[in-house]
Amino acid sequence: MMRYMLIAKATQESEQGCTLKPELMAAIGRLTEEMTRAGTLLEVGGLAPTSKGARLVLSDGRVTVTDGPFAEAKEVIGGYAIVQVESKAEAVELSRRFLQLHADLLGPSYEAESEVRQFFDPSEYALEPANR
Amino acid sequence: MTATDTHRAIDAVWRIESAKLIAGIARLVGDVGVAEDLAQDALVAALERWPRSGIPDNPGAWLMATAKHRAIDILRRRTRLERKHQELATELEVDQEASAPDLDAAIDDHVGDDLLRLIFIACHPVLSTEARVALTLRLLGGLTTEEIARAFLVPEATVAQRIVRAKRTLSEAKVPFEVPRGPELVERLSSVLGVIYLIFNEGYSATAGDDWVRPALCEDALRLARIVAELMPADAEVHGLTALLEIQASRLRARVGPSGEPVLLLDQDRSRWDQLLIRRGLVALERAETLGGGLGPYTLQAAIAACHARARAPEETDWARIAGLYGALAQLAPSPVVELNRAVAIAMAFGPAAGLELVERLTTEPSLKGYHLLPSVRGDLLFKLGRTDEARAEFERAATLTRNAREQELLLARAAACAPGAAPVQPG
Repeated sequence: MMRYMLIAKATQESEQGCTLKPELMAAIGRLTEEMTRAGTLLEVGGLAPTSKGARLVLSDGRVTVTDGPFAEAKEVIGGYAIVQVESKAEAVELSRRFLQLHADLLGPSYEAESEVRQFFDPSEYALEPANR
Repeated sequence: MTATDTHRAIDAVWRIESAKLIAGIARLVGDVGVAEDLAQDALVAALERWPRSGIPDNPGAWLMATAKHRAIDILRRRTRLERKHQELATELEVDQEASAPDLDAAIDDHVGDDLLRLIFIACHPVLSTEARVALTLRLLGGLTTEEIARAFLVPEATVAQRIVRAKRTLSEAKVPFEVPRGPELVERLSSVLGVIYLIFNEGYSATAGDDWVRPALCEDALRLARIVAELMPADAEVHGLTALLEIQASRLRARVGPSGEPVLLLDQDRSRWDQLLIRRGLVALERAETLGGGLGPYTLQAAIAACHARARAPEETDWARIAGLYGALAQLAPSPVVELNRAVAIAMAFGPAAGLELVERLTTEPSLKGYHLLPSVRGDLLFKLGRTDEARAEFERAATLTRNAREQELLLARAAACAPGAAPVQPG
């Protein structure tokens, strides 16, 4: 089995710190509960708006720190779930369900983005140090 | 989406939905074998239709509706089940009249109960242990016969036979598709937990073959434990078992060296322990402990595993507490193996001589006669006491007793290292 991070990109609303509609909260709750009950969900977390965070950039050997907020919501992570599944397709299907329930509740005009990323198996990178 | 992508997506849907599907249909038809066939039929229908129509928004509900329709067809043909058919037809009409979200809710409402029934029937005492394992992995874990065969290093035909026979046995024994109650529940739950524990252990220290661990089996067992923990949240031992497996699994990567050799607990690089699993394990342990009612054997073992997980370095291990927990475990579930582990903890807490004293008492224990860890532990304690000649003989004897090739290498290496100045190693 492989471990994936399902990343939900931030939205304008999440960046403004709006709380989710109760129906949407409930639907997300049901999905995460289903994933928990299936034994696939290892951890889930939501992130506060970027106004509470900072961005660090390394350039010319110097680190610059900029406090949030950042303009482009879609380039920012809003929340994540860590799942253990058999295939990428399974991780994609779970993410699809997450996005779909937004469309079901908020209508077809609602837009959102997610990303599915596989964790390296730590045993792999432990044996093959890269970029050293 | 290409055809391959669609097939992959269907595989994924199947993996997510199959257990729920089989469980739901089994409630309707009352037979696990028939339910699995019908679920498979629904999968075939999806494989035919979805590449053209696209995957439905709620693929689980689609599969369930399709399989239910087939269940009705079958029951219609069975006139002797006429009455049951009436009940079903009514239920289906009700479902169809309901709006889409309500249909989902109607299915969801039953899902937990159905899954629980499926787990209990797959681990039914009327089946052999091998059959319980195979059926559980197949029906709940969603593994194919081939995957199970590979995991247990047996021919695929053997596993297929086991599953066919198991389904027939359940059918012939007319085992009801229900969650047992009262005193029977305790006994049946212990079979369920035992099956999961056995699957995990086969992956954690393979009894045979070239590999010391087979992580995939551990992951499957862990997933099953998590499922049962969610289905039976009020049972402390279910959380105890889950905690134990989460914490044990957290060490999987650290347990194997670069060339596949076993690395024992105290020699492991603790930075490679999986902190996410440790955290989950400690949470599950806390759930078990707060449920109260006295700690059961799995919870005690989890508490022991947690002592190791909490220690950032081997020297920080609370061996006195571990020895105490093994003492409690020995009272609850007395076994020479537990006693041997207690001896190890006592040796660590109070010195090798104290441990050896306990081990010596076990040397006449008939059930440990062929158990390689007895001479292995004894060798270790003798070694620490400077009795290297005796230690070497014990390690060599242990090496002849293990069936695992990797472990054998390790033991022979320890025998060879029975020279002054060699670093001591503890059994993991």
